[in-house]
Amino acid sequence: MSDHEYTPKSKVGKWFNDRLPLLTLANHLTDYPTPKNLNYWWTFGGILTFCLITQIITGIVLGMHYVAHADLAFQSVEHIMRDVNYGWLIRYVHANGASMFFLAVYIHIFRSLYYGSYKSPREVIWIIGMLIYFLMMATAFMGYVLPWGQMSFWGATVITNLFSAIPLVGESITNWLWGGYSVDNPTLTRFFSLHYLFPFLILGLVVLHIWALHVPGNNNPIGIDIKKPSKDTVPFHPYIVIKDAFALLIFLLIFAFFVFFSPNILGHADNYIEANPLVTPAHIVPEWYLLPFYAILRSVPDKLLGVIAMFAAIFVLVILPWLDTSKVRSTVFRPIYKQFYWFLVADVLILGYVGAMPAEGIYLLIARVATAYYFAHFLIILPFLGFKEKTTPLPMSITEPILGGSPDMAMAKNNSNFKEKL
Amino acid sequence: MSESEKKKPNRRDFIVTATTAAGAVGVGAVVWPLVDQMNPDASVKALASTEVDISAVEPGQSITVLWRGKPVFIKRRTKEEIESARAVDLSELKHPEKDEDRAKNPEWLVMLGVCTHLGCVPLNDKGDYGAWFCPCHGSHYDTSGRIRKGPAPTNMEVPKYEFVNSNTIKIG
Repeated sequence: MSDHEYTPKSKVGKWFNDRLPLLTLANHLTDYPTPKNLNYWWTFGGILTFCLITQIITGIVLGMHYVAHADLAFQSVEHIMRDVNYGWLIRYVHANGASMFFLAVYIHIFRSLYYGSYKSPREVIWIIGMLIYFLMMATAFMGYVLPWGQMSFWGATVITNLFSAIPLVGESITNWLWGGYSVDNPTLTRFFSLHYLFPFLILGLVVLHIWALHVPGNNNPIGIDIKKPSKDTVPFHPYIVIKDAFALLIFLLIFAFFVFFSPNILGHADNYIEANPLVTPAHIVPEWYLLPFYAILRSVPDKLLGVIAMFAAIFVLVILPWLDTSKVRSTVFRPIYKQFYWFLVADVLILGYVGAMPAEGIYLLIARVATAYYFAHFLIILPFLGFKEKTTPLPMSITEPILGGSPDMAMAKNNSNFKEKL
Repeated sequence: MSESEKKKPNRRDFIVTATTAAGAVGVGAVVWPLVDQMNPDASVKALASTEVDISAVEPGQSITVLWRGKPVFIKRRTKEEIESARAVDLSELKHPEKDEDRAKNPEWLVMLGVCTHLGCVPLNDKGDYGAWFCPCHGSHYDTSGRIRKGPAPTNMEVPKYEFVNSNTIKIG
């Protein structure tokens, strides 16, 4: 954090800043010292902010034309697609924007896993991030229900029925969620209301996420503590702003490809059939970004335990800062963890694949093995690896590996102490 | 203030406790309507029963009607189906129920067409037991709608129903 006192140059600016220090905040954000070795995996925070704002703006516009009623919702979405000026564009940006949002959030999360960004002193940033991720899943799920197609209806039925697994009060809870005895109009209207609310809760959490980030400052690819500001840092503006903007442009190319060339490839054809409570589609699958959790749910043969396993899969991520016992943040210096990291990536991809396949035969077997490995990674491998693994020596500063020597003597001393402790 | 005076509840402690208690009741009274408004409302509850004409259903045929937003299967079973349902040894069942208790009139099986796993509608004449099969997560049901294989925990639910006359069933 920049500790120097900031005084606006203009008289008006000074007058205003004395009453509400917004200019001090703006100055903090521009001068904010960032590690100079941040790579492109660090640009996804900015990309995610862009995604959230895009979803909020397109969502507000869609809300002007959409009708939240079981008899009218499906028609109103078709009305948006065919009649509303640029309605097709706005809806396709919103629908594909959700997928892009998750694509970016998964890269952001796996970046954190690779470089140990969740470790002390950044646990609170990580937990807020997990809350955001959880709210994103809830928001996306409810948004998918709104067009009231077959997948909307049956997806809503399957997911809300998860709560019926709770002993004794399960049925009362599902009836309460539905506002009836099945997914119907009361369910649709409340989902619309909450789908509108949640992005603003996410926005609030994003502010806390960034605030918590600005206390210790960014982690970096070699994961060592750095002195700020120093020769190891650059000001956020213009260095990081330009890098983020460039990455965002590349990201937008991919985004635009989906919107303009294959807007329905990530959706399901069944959702262009209006909801019918008498017929379940032959093959129900959630959106791609929920598939790994869906695979975990289905891999357990017992209903209640399956639901518990699915929520536990998210919960192990929340407590990850205390499951990973290694003090070394970056995977660059953890040769054994590096292999397990890629096993985990493969495991999650496999879970996603089998989540999209029918739950039988070989797929069920693969799902069970992959589920077991997922939990083993977090609950067995990570806690033990921290004690057993021999890590490679950490550099004293970001510049040291290149220039051979730390720009700061005090820090060099701290870092050698750190190494001795290991 | 001495130590003994500190520990003795005084009039201020009484006021704090009383205020907190009254406040908790007040918060509860405000929160409950906000929670309860999500429960099934009067108009939903009003649709509690429905009458179905079954005169046109042939043996072996099954019809599906909508009751409280959920499908209800009304199956007129063949002799073989009744026999196979009644011949099952209860110890084989995950959720043991006699067919006699599920179908008051053995020819007519009336049950919610909702898989007890996660609420999909099972398909008729499918699965390992020649009766119902849920395509979502692979639960197999027998000719009495009892769970035989797969993740569903219980048999398909039999709703409250009665024969108004030989051609009409009232569900609910």
